Amino acid sequence: MNPSLLHDAPHPAETIVLGKRFRLPNSRSIDTYLANDGYQAFMKASKMTPDEIINEVKTSNLRGRGGAGFPTGMKWSFVPKQSPKPKYIVVNGDESEPGTCKDRVLIQYDPHQLIEGILIAGMSVDAHRGWIYIRGEYRYLIDIMDKAISEAYARGWLGKNIQGTGFDFELSTHTGAGAYECGEESALLESLEGKRGVPRIRPPFPAVSGAFQCPTILNNVETFAAVPGILQMGGQAWADLGIPKAGGTKLTCLTGHVNRPGVYELALGFPVRRMLEEVGGGIRGGKKLKAMIPGGSSCPILTGEEAWELNMDYDSMAKVKTMLGSGGVVIMDEDTDMVKAALRIIRFYQHESCGWCIPCREGTLWLKKLLTRLDEGVGTVQDIDLVGDLADNMLGRTFCPLGDAAAMPMMSIVRKFRHEFEAKLAQKSVSMAGLPQLVSING
Amino acid sequence: MTFSPELEQRFAEMAAKYPEGRQKACLIPMLMYAQDEVGYMTEELKEEIAKRLGISVLEVNEVVGYYTMMRKKRMGKTHLQICTNISCLLWDGDKLWERACQKLGIGHNEVTADGAISLEEVECIGACSWAPAIQTNYDFHHNVTPEQLDKLIDDLRKA
Repeated sequence: MNPSLLHDAPHPAETIVLGKRFRLPNSRSIDTYLANDGYQAFMKASKMTPDEIINEVKTSNLRGRGGAGFPTGMKWSFVPKQSPKPKYIVVNGDESEPGTCKDRVLIQYDPHQLIEGILIAGMSVDAHRGWIYIRGEYRYLIDIMDKAISEAYARGWLGKNIQGTGFDFELSTHTGAGAYECGEESALLESLEGKRGVPRIRPPFPAVSGAFQCPTILNNVETFAAVPGILQMGGQAWADLGIPKAGGTKLTCLTGHVNRPGVYELALGFPVRRMLEEVGGGIRGGKKLKAMIPGGSSCPILTGEEAWELNMDYDSMAKVKTMLGSGGVVIMDEDTDMVKAALRIIRFYQHESCGWCIPCREGTLWLKKLLTRLDEGVGTVQDIDLVGDLADNMLGRTFCPLGDAAAMPMMSIVRKFRHEFEAKLAQKSVSMAGLPQLVSING
Repeated sequence: MTFSPELEQRFAEMAAKYPEGRQKACLIPMLMYAQDEVGYMTEELKEEIAKRLGISVLEVNEVVGYYTMMRKKRMGKTHLQICTNISCLLWDGDKLWERACQKLGIGHNEVTADGAISLEEVECIGACSWAPAIQTNYDFHHNVTPEQLDKLIDDLRKA
């Protein structure tokens, strides 16, 4: 009933590690998994000490795949060993950053790889309970995950004394209910506890006080899914797939104006030019690239000229003041209306602001009003400056990064594409004509 | 208030999945799975879940008011959700949205008079590489053309 998410064959430029089972028949069944190296990394880990596991993950240079890019091994090492409290594993499968659709692929095609990664993480910090938090819209994936979990229990890969190793682990899914904010780790934990998804002040970080106020490892689906491959290949071999300080491969979601959109597994440091021309099959209709968002709509936008010469890794993106983010690449061709794009992006953040912090709650609303006015061609030149000022005043003034996520793309769009805002004012074009008015300017 | 045996079974298993004394964690999953049977967050449903978890109705309302998927009124038999967020917008998701509104004669979060179809302009549903995308209830439809949308709506009307 739910459609395929893969092209028939991988692109030759892909480096297939995470996705090595994706195209096998019945790829999501435990039998396929076990017949294709499945749960072997767990068995290997069971003969290692917790420190050895964490060191292997550190050596791999795996960095968090949800968007922040924090070194995973280091995050795991922050869990206090001597804590008398139980320790937990929480998986962030709230995938909601616009442009991002990779965790869907990982769960739809290889749910056991995720379970195995969770088990290894559990072993490394002496945790025996985990939850996979999946956004509510992904109900069919929750069902797939539930089925995989039942299979793992039935075959002795979850529960008590797993495969005679003496290690116990309990795992279940937990549904979200429609809230982008719950992809932020502390809001996710609130939601897991049955509350509104508003962020917690940090410190303490989840490693010290997370789910149910106990030490918790919280990582993205893709981060956990990478762990079995790391243990199996060895951290160094996995690191060598990528570049120094950013190891391995990353699922990259090519979206927008390319000829072959899709989710591709690319080695860290993959050149943008090859990603667009070879993997993506070029810009749709042979047009020119106007702009690119490298990792989900919260990342500062790049002009086409900037983007072409970059590589897809954390440090290359940081050098041009943007982020690799979640791997959600949004490609915009020369005909894209940047004012309309900016408005659509801010409408999203305004809708999703949880309202907890005033700079975000009010800032996103006023940015939406300003951009609606500019898009309708009834604004003033001062409104363009005000977008930048308002966004600048939100930066760093909220509990969680949603305020920044809304502000950063707005600041970069008005700075880099100011001429389009001015041109729209000059011609008083009305691209939203016929649509119901989004906000009342006077009301 | 009674639920189907399958749902009761699910609820019975759910409590053991969270630490002792922290069963409020069941609240969001209970509401979401119950909504599939009841249709939306009725007063009766909220009271029942509050009673079962030993929390106040106010605590339930706090949560219901926050989450977009928790429905405050009865929606159509098929809830048609059209994404117009950035990646879908670049593949004319906004035009699909306008087309659906015109064809059905309803707008955002409205229901057709016969109760068959409701419409929602949704935020990113994680189908960005397969834009434009829509969801009917929990099912995804990818790379939707205007003709496919028309056919989908016609089929839903007949059903």
